[in-house]
Amino acid sequence: MEQEEIIQIRDLHREFLVGSETVHALNGVSFSIRRGEFVSIMGTSGSGKSTLLNILGCLDKPSSGEYIINGTSVNSLNRNQLSTLRNRQIGFVFQNYNLLARTSAIDNVQLPLMYNSEISAKERKERAIAALEAVKLTGRMNHLPNQLSGGQQQRVAIARAIVNDPVIILADEATGNLDTRTSYEIMTLFQELHSKGKTIAFVTHEPDIATFTTRTIKLRDGQIVLDEMNNQCSAAEALAEYEKNMKHTMI
Amino acid sequence: MGILNLIKISLTALARNKGRSFLTMLGIIIGIASVIVMVSLGQSSTQSVRSELSSMGSNMIMIMPSHERRGGVDVGSGNSLNKKDLKLLKENTKYVQYISPSVSTGAQLVFGANNHSGSLQGVSADYLEIRKYAIASGIMFTEEQLKSNAKVCVIGQTVVDALFTNREDPIGQTIRCGRVPMKVVGVLESKGQNQMGQDQDDIVLAPYTTVMTRFSGNKNRDNFNMIFVSAPSEAESEMAATEITYLLRNSHNIKNPDDDDFDIRTQEELLSAMSNVMQLLTYLLTAIAAISLIVGGIGIMNIMYVTVTERTKEIGLRMAIGAKRKDVMLQFLSESVILSLLGGIIGIIIGVILAFVVSSALHWPPAISQAAIGASFLVCVATGVFFGWYPARKAANMDPITALRYE
Ligand SMILES: Nc1ncnc2c1ncn2[C@@H]1O[C@H](COP(=O)(O)OP(=O)(O)OP(=O)(O)O)[C@@H](O)[C@H]1O
Ligand SMILES: [Mg+2]
Repeated sequence: MEQEEIIQIRDLHREFLVGSETVHALNGVSFSIRRGEFVSIMGTSGSGKSTLLNILGCLDKPSSGEYIINGTSVNSLNRNQLSTLRNRQIGFVFQNYNLLARTSAIDNVQLPLMYNSEISAKERKERAIAALEAVKLTGRMNHLPNQLSGGQQQRVAIARAIVNDPVIILADEATGNLDTRTSYEIMTLFQELHSKGKTIAFVTHEPDIATFTTRTIKLRDGQIVLDEMNNQCSAAEALAEYEKNMKHTMI
Repeated sequence: MGILNLIKISLTALARNKGRSFLTMLGIIIGIASVIVMVSLGQSSTQSVRSELSSMGSNMIMIMPSHERRGGVDVGSGNSLNKKDLKLLKENTKYVQYISPSVSTGAQLVFGANNHSGSLQGVSADYLEIRKYAIASGIMFTEEQLKSNAKVCVIGQTVVDALFTNREDPIGQTIRCGRVPMKVVGVLESKGQNQMGQDQDDIVLAPYTTVMTRFSGNKNRDNFNMIFVSAPSEAESEMAATEITYLLRNSHNIKNPDDDDFDIRTQEELLSAMSNVMQLLTYLLTAIAAISLIVGGIGIMNIMYVTVTERTKEIGLRMAIGAKRKDVMLQFLSESVILSLLGGIIGIIIGVILAFVVSSALHWPPAISQAAIGASFLVCVATGVFFGWYPARKAANMDPITALRYE
């Protein structure tokens, strides 16, 4: 059976007015993402990746073009409706984690559910624990961000992104601040989430990171120049390989 | 987001910057504490004056000679009240229940080896009723003793303590007032200190006839220092005053009220004069307190702007994961309200303690103004909302993308 398309964008434009000049950050982008896809969005700096992701995440609105997420046309929504949509359908992972300082891991993970009045405190906690289990951080629930390594902080951020069971997880350079090893670990985690059925859109400019995804969309100057399926590599294997090599160089 | 979570978040945020939060609250603390102190002290002083006056007899009227004036010209200190006036008032008034003249003179009191310098007050038996004194032992001097200028006296507890150091029964003893031997016939019940801290038990009462004739220290043998009168009730004291004024003007031949050679004071006048002063003082101090509240509020506003700027990234994140404008607004509003409310509560506690300490130091009845406490709560909430509004709105109007990118 053909998987349903949960993200559909058609002829998306986003223009910024800088002084008297108009910057075309997105210049007619069209594609769809099906449920269960793991898409990497690549491109050089300034090619419009973040701009695209912000629109996909309903943080920003396109200047023109259509965006339908899970059957809802975003263009017609007001600010509050967009907030609710982000809260229920989208999980964000940022390059710099964006955890609340001096707030425990479990409280950070619970945060999106705090803005959903349909979820009780008990359920909130249960779901936060489940999310932390999914990112293998059960033992660190009460740790504060400054007591965690960068990789662990990013795991907390990923737990926060999945706690509301979103339609799609959007990650902008989620491995950008991490070393190779930790990047592979995080990618292993993303692959696990993907194998459990999550849909992920992942912005990166590192080609080897992109090989862990199932599909790559390449942008240049706000336009898609490439959109192809990958032979997905296993991040877990890459990690094992990497560690073996490290051992050799150590000797 | 639920209200409990909001409060929790705000408290956590405030606890992160304890020192800063406290300094911000200081303005509110000072403002509220001074409001509570002022209003409470105003109340307890008014209460103390009122209870003082009612213990003195709230239907008491004092008639004093004033500076005599002839055609608007001051012609010297008053000797205007005499036996003729006393008789006039006794016989012609309807609203006067008790009446007693008063002449007083300083006197050295001696009993055995003990000395006490006090004052001797010549009055009539009515004086006890008017001033609400009671006889503890013995009797008040009689009408006969008054008529015969008898050398008898009734003394207060302080005088008893000073003269009868061996716990002798004062009744029947003879003490000397200056050179005049006087027989003690009664002892007054103790009344303690009055409003001004005067000892009301340091008193020697004798028939006014005796004091006027036998004590040469009294400069004028025919005139009273004062006449005390009491009306049957507080309500009738105004009428009594009117009546007395009319009679005295008639008998003193006074056409123009400006030429009055006497002064009439009812307790009600005294009370309203005092409470007017208190009221004015309270308004003034409340205005000062209000200013300090405004200053405190501006402090809150300032610190809330700082907080909002510091936490731009947090605001961006909260918006990204689904916080609505309203949620962000409420988060910062609740923070500023909690800040000012907490300041208010601390201020109330300090104010109550301070008011209690001051009023007990002044021997005033402690009065804690519940209205002031209630109003303080409301004012604090209002201050928090008012001064937190703009910073909170600034936070709520942030663009999530820009906020997330803020460094
Ligand atoms: N708020 C803005 N105002 C003006 N111009 C903007 C704004 N946001 C993005 N741009 C412009 O849009 C273009 C695309 O920016 P974008 O951030 O999407 O690039 P990117 O692909 O994410 O780059 P990087 O890999 O460096 O993160 C750039 O030329 C940028 O200058
Ligand atoms: Mg970018």
